[in-house]
Amino acid sequence: MLRIEAIALAAQAAEAQNALLICNIGYPSRELFSVKDRRENFYMLGSMGLASSIGLGLALARPERKVMVLDGDGSVLMNLGTLATIAHHAPENYLLVILDNCCYGSTGSQPTCTHLGTDLFALAKAAGVKKVSLVERAEDLALALLGHDVVIIVKVEEGNAPVPIISLSPEDIIVRFIRCAQPVLPSGKSRL
Amino acid sequence: MNPSLAVYQGMLRAGINFATSVPCVNLHELLALVGADPDIIHLPVTREEEGVGICAGAWMGGRRPALLMQNSGLGNSINALASLNILYGIPLLMIISHRGGRGEPVIGQVPMGRLTVPLLDAMTISHFEPSPAEAEETVAEAWSRACASCRPVAVLLDLEFWRG
Repeated sequence: MLRIEAIALAAQAAEAQNALLICNIGYPSRELFSVKDRRENFYMLGSMGLASSIGLGLALARPERKVMVLDGDGSVLMNLGTLATIAHHAPENYLLVILDNCCYGSTGSQPTCTHLGTDLFALAKAAGVKKVSLVERAEDLALALLGHDVVIIVKVEEGNAPVPIISLSPEDIIVRFIRCAQPVLPSGKSRL
Repeated sequence: MNPSLAVYQGMLRAGINFATSVPCVNLHELLALVGADPDIIHLPVTREEEGVGICAGAWMGGRRPALLMQNSGLGNSINALASLNILYGIPLLMIISHRGGRGEPVIGQVPMGRLTVPLLDAMTISHFEPSPAEAEETVAEAWSRACASCRPVAVLLDLEFWRG
């Protein structure tokens, strides 16, 4: 499966579930922006490694709202402690989807350790995450996105889709996202 | 006033209702107060940078977040503070045990102890250094500054502070 195909399936599931979607820096955000831009998408432009953490804080703040995170193998390897934190503190509305292409796809496809056999499924399990799935086919991903996993690892092919850069400023991204993400105040107005 | 209690009261006055932390021996009592407060969601995290990310997400979801850590953790958080909080305009209250100053018994704390204020200044992050008597008011004021400027702020609490 191409990564952009996996992203399209995740974006479709996020829309169907009215989920807030945090997306990793680089080509994954560009691909998501290109296949399904929504105000509920938060595109990371920096802080590599923190997609899963941003999503976790959001899910704890909004327990009634589904929060989905699109992360990568290189990014998760950079913040491996996140799996332990997620195992013990993630609420039920949280889902981390790790798109594992075995390389740093946005910087020239340099191999990561998953290319050499590091097993993110086993790492998530060993960290204490109880509900973990590993999928390789699109139909299995579509099914897993409907289930109750905390972490889904998706094996995807190396390579980036020829998509343009995101035409939104950081301020644009966060202002429209927060209007969706924050609870509506009793006055009917959001905080922004 | 008890230094830990003063900081905690300041957090309450600021309306802090979400916290992440990596421990320091000087934060021991404050972490117990925060952990026992049912109105504060408290996550002990594995690394300070992770706490920065979690707090950013919590703020986007409407919470008022604080990160409790030692100043060594500031070094672990620089990129996240710059390319997440400062880039997008996300406020954060950092309560920092500032080790490595006068009277520091652990030599390994000294290099980051000296670099803490220069690092904050280089990032134009406002920092406050209250006495225990000032801490409640200063912590609340620091959070107001974070919100007004849409940036992280730091409250630095050195060895003398914790002696009360």
